[in-house]
Amino acid sequence: MNTIWALAGVVIKELYRRKDFYVLFVLTALITIAAGMVNFFHDPKIVRYVKDICLLLIWVSALLIAIITTARQIPAERESRTIFPLLAKPVTRWQFILGKFLGCWLATGMALLVFYVFFAIITGSREQNWPWLTYLQAIWLQWAMLAVVIALSLCGSIISAAPSSTTTICFIAVAGILLVGGHLNTVALHQSQPLQTIFYTIYFLIPHLEWFDLRDRVVYDWGLVDWLDCVLATLYAAAYTGLFLLLTWLGFRRKSLNT
Amino acid sequence: MKASPYLVLVLVLTVCFTLATGIEPRASTWSDRAKSNNVFSMLFGDGRRLFANQFFTMADVYFHSGYYPSVFDLREEGQKEIVAESHGHTDSPEDEIKEDFLGKPKDWIDRFGRHFRITKHTHLEHGNEREILPWLRLAADMDPQKIETYTVGSFFMRTHLNRPREAEAFLREGLRNNPDSYEILFELGRLYDESDRDPGRARDVWQLALYRWSKDPEAVKDDKLAFEEITVHLAQLERGAGNWPQAINWFQAAQKVSPDPNALQQRIDEIKKTMAAQTNAPSAAPY
Repeated sequence: MNTIWALAGVVIKELYRRKDFYVLFVLTALITIAAGMVNFFHDPKIVRYVKDICLLLIWVSALLIAIITTARQIPAERESRTIFPLLAKPVTRWQFILGKFLGCWLATGMALLVFYVFFAIITGSREQNWPWLTYLQAIWLQWAMLAVVIALSLCGSIISAAPSSTTTICFIAVAGILLVGGHLNTVALHQSQPLQTIFYTIYFLIPHLEWFDLRDRVVYDWGLVDWLDCVLATLYAAAYTGLFLLLTWLGFRRKSLNT
Repeated sequence: MKASPYLVLVLVLTVCFTLATGIEPRASTWSDRAKSNNVFSMLFGDGRRLFANQFFTMADVYFHSGYYPSVFDLREEGQKEIVAESHGHTDSPEDEIKEDFLGKPKDWIDRFGRHFRITKHTHLEHGNEREILPWLRLAADMDPQKIETYTVGSFFMRTHLNRPREAEAFLREGLRNNPDSYEILFELGRLYDESDRDPGRARDVWQLALYRWSKDPEAVKDDKLAFEEITVHLAQLERGAGNWPQAINWFQAAQKVSPDPNALQQRIDEIKKTMAAQTNAPSAAPY
């Protein structure tokens, strides 16, 4: 376990040494503050559009941080050949993958925490309301969703050698699932065979990441989701994360490390 | 001889500046975009109208607190509820059933996913209607010729947020952008009548609205509802002022286009009864 933590620690240090997070955070903060300063019909109590914009930026930023950070981990180690001394030590390939995953997940979690603290300050100062438990659920489910995304990106980085292609494919796949995934069953109903079966198969196979999106509940003040549903969704995310990590390991365990 | 790169740079800059001074007066006539006072007009040109519809829909999404069909939920494309509400329509139980676009869950993924989605049909209330205003403001900036934006925005500011002056300013802005709009004039009349209690001004504005309506051939052909709304409001105004014959005239005008002329006939009969009672009242009085 110490080995995995040590590997994870390196990834976390990498995140705060690189500029990605800072750039995305400053951009999110600037756009949110600018949007919040706009005066609509002299009514200072209007707040939901600010929450909406800020949460959208947080979601995009978190996805970018998670996918970009993860996609470059293994290719960068192979490119710089640091993977050879690393695996020459008593580090198994499974530990290597788990360490990379844990590092990326924790790093993304820390970034997410900073984003949400900013969100809570901005919206709380405007509407004088701090629904901490709702925020906690929103951040937890988003983080659970990011675990699946990170595992998927790690799996992609084994297949594709270039981080840029992994990043692009993963981002399209995740955006596609978030936007269309939940509606594939409706679309399938209006298709003829064999398209209907294909759509249904995809619908039942893909991880339904849209469940983890509580933005609407936060923006429109709909309150808490049942905690049992949160636990079940977390288990669902854990299952898909485990599946993708297993696929990553299966692909990586006999892979030649020479570039 | 080798030219210094700085000299070349200065030369190029000079050529650019000279060309710019020569072309600029002509370029300004190529498009009206640069002359616009509206920043969106300058940035997007006529393409901004595409965004205006999306922002107007966002206002309706906010009005429903997120309970809104996506492009995949095959629902009949009807009138938006913020527009219906501004015309005084309230949801009947049949409407509620029609608006349940989700239906029964289709499978376990759909059923479980609904625990995280918004699945209840509600409308904003208790002053929270203000949350739709930013989207209406943006829609108006994107497409100043979209008349519904002004009438809906004004209606919510006037009736739900108690801000008649902001509502009037928004309508006046709409009127500046759409001087022939009978819809905006009608809404302005409602503001004077219902919020300002100024029937004289309301009468003038509604009569102007009726004139504008009659001068619009498309409206005369397709928008009979507007004619009915204006004439019924004028009739009610005259009845309130005790001008019975004018009230009857307006109700009779409304009857010609109304889907329910009997209801209007009842009102006419009520006025006639009141008139008769008033006429008979002095003779019936005991000595």
